[in-house]
Amino acid sequence: MKLKTLTSMVVALSAGALLAACQVDKAPDSVSGYTFATKDTQAMQDDNFSNPAMLWVGIGEEEWIKKDGSAGKSCASCHGGAKPGSDEEGMYAIDPVLDTSGGATKISMKGVATKYPIFDKASKKPMVLEERINLCRTKNMKAKAWKWESDQMMGTTMLVKMQSRGMPIMSTADQASSPLNGAWKAGMKFFNERRGQMDMACKNCHDDYPGTRIRANMLTQAQVNGFPTFRLKWQKPGTIHRRYAGCNKMVRAKHFKRGSNEYKNLEVYMTWRSRGLKVETPAVRN
Amino acid sequence: MAKTIKKPLSVDRRSLLKATGVGVLAVAGSGLLSRTAQATPETAAKKLSELTGGAAVKQGKVNVKLPEIAENGRTVPMTVSVDSPMSSGNYVKTIHVVAEGNPNPDVVSFNLSPGTGKAEVATRIRLGKTQNVVARAVMSDGSVYEGKRQVKVTIGGCGG
Amino acid sequence: MAKKPRVKVPSKASKGQVFQIKTLITHKMETGTRKNKKGKLIPRMIINKFSCKYNGKEVFSANLHPAVAANPYFAFYTKASESGTIDFAWTDDAGKTVTASKKITVS
Repeated sequence: MKLKTLTSMVVALSAGALLAACQVDKAPDSVSGYTFATKDTQAMQDDNFSNPAMLWVGIGEEEWIKKDGSAGKSCASCHGGAKPGSDEEGMYAIDPVLDTSGGATKISMKGVATKYPIFDKASKKPMVLEERINLCRTKNMKAKAWKWESDQMMGTTMLVKMQSRGMPIMSTADQASSPLNGAWKAGMKFFNERRGQMDMACKNCHDDYPGTRIRANMLTQAQVNGFPTFRLKWQKPGTIHRRYAGCNKMVRAKHFKRGSNEYKNLEVYMTWRSRGLKVETPAVRN
Repeated sequence: MAKTIKKPLSVDRRSLLKATGVGVLAVAGSGLLSRTAQATPETAAKKLSELTGGAAVKQGKVNVKLPEIAENGRTVPMTVSVDSPMSSGNYVKTIHVVAEGNPNPDVVSFNLSPGTGKAEVATRIRLGKTQNVVARAVMSDGSVYEGKRQVKVTIGGCGG
Repeated sequence: MAKKPRVKVPSKASKGQVFQIKTLITHKMETGTRKNKKGKLIPRMIINKFSCKYNGKEVFSANLHPAVAANPYFAFYTKASESGTIDFAWTDDAGKTVTASKKITVS
């Protein structure tokens, strides 16, 4: 049944794909996945106290000030401690207050997430926020790297991204002068390339048919501005790379590892695609 | 399976198919049986009368608020409220919530008191399929009121 | 079992005021009906009891079953009577309890 429906969709999609092929820049019409969610799911995200992802942000706050590794440092040693918000608001993760007494170098996290992925000169590859956090841990803190999808990693990533909540995502990776341009091109190719047994590209759903249903599910534009996001399906938060792998599996294609070059390039392209959208992390999605 | 075929070498194709076919059916059947160990409107009602001590039930006063269509059955927001004062002499003691189509009818029971101030509770529940969610409120005078709501639960799609 | 719960209680209230409390805790709420990759049933492990006490007296509690979604969330009301402490407790199938506590000033 599923296969049949999908196959007939693919046939229908092929015609549309030809028309849309030359149009790449979707940013002017881009809307957050929030728009496609039901009002109940939106309400869950809107209230920090009903947003279940905030439990993980809480883990991030604990990790932020925890000294780990042989250098005896925590995130807060350099970036200042996370400021506990008022209980009524339920917001702990406001812009971290800089605790200069501990020799913090006053690097605020506000707006930082809007610039990721960045270009890593050492590896000549894109560097996503998860990798930056692990670099801090291994190089500056002399601590063990976290696993990509661990509670600590997602909590800390969400805490950092939350500092940019409401700020627009920035990306100029499409410009030839950008060091990320190569990755952007590779990511765009991945996005537009048909793959798997279903022979579907990301674009076939998310560029061509957002706002329509694929069986029971609403197709979104696949914007990245809410990640890591709490998904009702997962019953916990997950990273954008987990989402990519899920989508790849659904079209019966080979999926890649979290942190793989394929997904990093895709993240570069899809972040550019989401440029101008406001950071919503931690979002709640179906 | 091997046990049922006594002389494997002399078994012709048809009887082998028959034997394996029956085997497959039996396996599928047992799978179905374990799946049908499910709540029904009847078992849910029975559960509720157990919980409320078999008291006579009146309709009304209880309002179960659920989305008409749940975006995902794994997390469905639900608010149950009872039209009742919450004074020391007249209050809602308990609200029992059951689901008619889940593997098990029990969902949650809330114990309230005059100190609760307002008979309204919100939580999130799991619903395996489209079904009714029924809530029964036991008042401080022993009377029992019931309210219910149908939720459509969509399953499937491509939400990798 | 669970990480630090989140609890929202106003720090101040006037006497007789009915205010809302929201609680959220991390928990898988393993139903006991799911199977692992080897086909074996994953044993049930849920939070089965939640209680809220206002200066030692229970004002609200809940008996949970596997049909309560993961990361149990409750929003309910309480009437401000006097200044003091509001205590919360979540107990799981293994008998482990996680608690949280909030102070409230009633004027």
